[in-house]
Amino acid sequence: MPDEKIALMAHLLRRAGYGASRDEIEARVAQGYDSVVEELLNPGDDPGIDEDLMYRAYPSYFDKAAIETGQTEWVYRMINNKYQLKEKMALFWHTILCAGDNKVDNARTTAIQIDKFRDMGMGNFKDMLMMLSTDPAMLYYLDNIESHKTAVNENYGRELLELFSIGVGMDNEFNYTEDDVKACARAFTGWNLAPTIPVFPYGRTPFEFRFDPADHDYGEKTFLGETGNWDGGDIVDIICKQPATARFVARKLYDFFVADEPPVPSWRLSAPRDLAAIQALEKAYFDSGYEITAMLRVLFHSDFFKDESVRFAKVKSPADVVIGTMRMVGDHTEPKPGLFFVAMEPKYMGLDLMNPPTVEGWHMGREWINSGSLIDRINFASSMLGNTDLPGVKKIVDRLMGLGDVPTSEQFLNGCLDLVGPLDLAEETRSQLTEHLDAGGALKHGTESERNDFTKRTGEALKMIATTSEFQFG
Amino acid sequence: MVSTVKDPVLAVMSLSGGNDGMNTVIPYNNPLYRDYRPSLGIPEDQIIPLTDQLGLHPAMAPLKKYWDAGNLAIILGVGYPNGSLSHFRSMDIWATCEPDELGLTGWLGSVIHDVDPAGENVLTGVNFGRGLPRSLAKEGVAVASVGDLSTYGLLTDIGAEAQRTEALDLFGRMYAPAIGQGAVDDYIRRTGIEALKGADILSTAPGMYRSEVEYASSAMGGYLRDMAQVHNADFGARVLFTTAPYNIFDTHANQSVGHANLLRDVAVNVDSFMTDIRQLGKSDNVTLFFYSEFGRRAMDNGSGTDHGTGGVAFALGDHVKGGLYGEYPSLEAGKLEDGGNLQHNVDFRQAYTTLLDRWMGLDAKAIVGGSYEALDFI
Repeated sequence: MPDEKIALMAHLLRRAGYGASRDEIEARVAQGYDSVVEELLNPGDDPGIDEDLMYRAYPSYFDKAAIETGQTEWVYRMINNKYQLKEKMALFWHTILCAGDNKVDNARTTAIQIDKFRDMGMGNFKDMLMMLSTDPAMLYYLDNIESHKTAVNENYGRELLELFSIGVGMDNEFNYTEDDVKACARAFTGWNLAPTIPVFPYGRTPFEFRFDPADHDYGEKTFLGETGNWDGGDIVDIICKQPATARFVARKLYDFFVADEPPVPSWRLSAPRDLAAIQALEKAYFDSGYEITAMLRVLFHSDFFKDESVRFAKVKSPADVVIGTMRMVGDHTEPKPGLFFVAMEPKYMGLDLMNPPTVEGWHMGREWINSGSLIDRINFASSMLGNTDLPGVKKIVDRLMGLGDVPTSEQFLNGCLDLVGPLDLAEETRSQLTEHLDAGGALKHGTESERNDFTKRTGEALKMIATTSEFQFG
Repeated sequence: MVSTVKDPVLAVMSLSGGNDGMNTVIPYNNPLYRDYRPSLGIPEDQIIPLTDQLGLHPAMAPLKKYWDAGNLAIILGVGYPNGSLSHFRSMDIWATCEPDELGLTGWLGSVIHDVDPAGENVLTGVNFGRGLPRSLAKEGVAVASVGDLSTYGLLTDIGAEAQRTEALDLFGRMYAPAIGQGAVDDYIRRTGIEALKGADILSTAPGMYRSEVEYASSAMGGYLRDMAQVHNADFGARVLFTTAPYNIFDTHANQSVGHANLLRDVAVNVDSFMTDIRQLGKSDNVTLFFYSEFGRRAMDNGSGTDHGTGGVAFALGDHVKGGLYGEYPSLEAGKLEDGGNLQHNVDFRQAYTTLLDRWMGLDAKAIVGGSYEALDFI
């Protein structure tokens, strides 16, 4: 049986980050769960990585003119940010408050939006919505720049309600009407961009927000039952105090950190899977005045988060697969060539960072898996874990040699599973792997050549573990 | 049902994002068109006339020859009652035929199930692109999702043939059903086995394909080329699906340039696909249907068009009876739905019924959820 403290800490670090090596998990256990949670919740302004080193090695990251540069820099931060929760919150918000560079077509602007998600991700939800409503990538992506006093474009106004805050419905009721959408869109007229600098010769400069009073509809609006000369800030105020907004943020956090919920469009008809958990998060939302950190604190200390039944029950996102694997094998922990190819992997698995498929974002949970993406996930993770030259894999080999002079196949397999998880396998999977190991003969590591063989077989075993169905869960 | 030499194949392409039907098939003789489209009206001398009232957007020129030959059916005013202006909802409605409830079963998933109930062929349905589109989703139905046919396979990093065979063999045994692991684990195991089988078979397709036909170097071009290769290989694929890059037809802004490029991408690659399978001698049993989840607002917004309802869909193939089906929705102010949307007069389930009953030889009623009058394009 795996050590419960190790298993719980591994769970926390997989969900509140992208996993950790066994050395780090052990150090964190020694630090204590509550202290680790507080550290994750309070990163301050620390970037969590040596930015000078990063910019010296990758000067292009300083000015991300191409989308791939932005994606690669983000992956570098995901792997190396010591404030893993802060980093994961950047992805959390990106999967909800979606703007895609395939339309914005201004990689610098898109990357700046992600930086804002990272910096503000554990702040106040009202600040987040105000930031979003003045974010140039979003205003461009959802056409608010084309929304005028005399010709309203409803795109941003609609999605702000439908997908970014209130959600279309809850408890079988609709949360807002088409008239609310129109009022909301009118309130954001004139929330626009400053004139842009010509593209040539240096490429696109970042878009900048500008409020254009001449293009703003100052007229009276009725929004969610409240009438006044509302502008966008008033709309955000009204949104934030809705019970449906608390429900929305709570379900999104629960979905991302605890267990899969269905996609937002179905929330009118589908109740939360754990209503008590959602209500605890909703209470934290209102008690704290919309503070995300307060909600996360409740979440990570809750029994519903710590419960054994939710561990390894979420299908890993492509970021969890790629970054989790990199952190496990200890590769790209400092600048070196080849990061680009790692950074493109999430895209092949269906998570094209900064290019969500629609404003609705990615369909997650089991929808990450189809025969195409499963092949990519298996090929990537198995090629990394099977590479015994990588530092994290070497450490696993060393620890396995500590199991005894000649571990049985079962001891050896349990050791492998413990060190990549602790992960459990279905009995059927386990017996196939044990049989395979038995067929390879005794696992000795006394002599030089036995050690080489032991290392090689560890790589093969880890490689096959990375192909299993169980490994798809985190 | 039309009789073909081989089993009929249904190829479907979604023009995701809400294609502007009014600037695709243009009512160029209607003065209201000019009133509604001050910024985006296509100059009359550029429009490709189909009748004395309607014409194609100039970027659709490569498809004109199919119209002339009587192989291109254009379905006008297509939609469904109380059209949803939400992309996701409307895409889901087209995918699941469930306008009131949340549907999880895609109509093409049901087609795959009905033509191969025991799931004997893992390639009965093939998606070209990443992910599993809702149209193809059905509990228990396998769909191969091919992002790029040329690099498709499992554990491709093991160089030594014997070693790779051994690893794949172990993989196959580890993915046997496990008891009590839950529905998602069952799904992953099934997907793994299907991926293994599918990859083996699909890897042989490029070797069987000899063609000079060129496709545009766009996502749509790549997917349609892969589609032609898989169809050519005779793996028994009966449902071929692809989608234009997600939501790309959502032309709220800068539509004049963007929409022309999108339609060109569609027309050029659809033409390449048809030309390709004809030259390969494999066009007799293929019907290609392409559609979008809704049309757009009749009036432009100065730069683009907002979400609308009634739109336009196309069917193309050797057995398609070309022509116009349905009525062009009235542009008169009193006939527009709230805010200026074109009223639909053909339900998309009529188009599906036609494809299912008359082309695939299936019971459409069960798949689309009711009796809908078929159109005569097949």
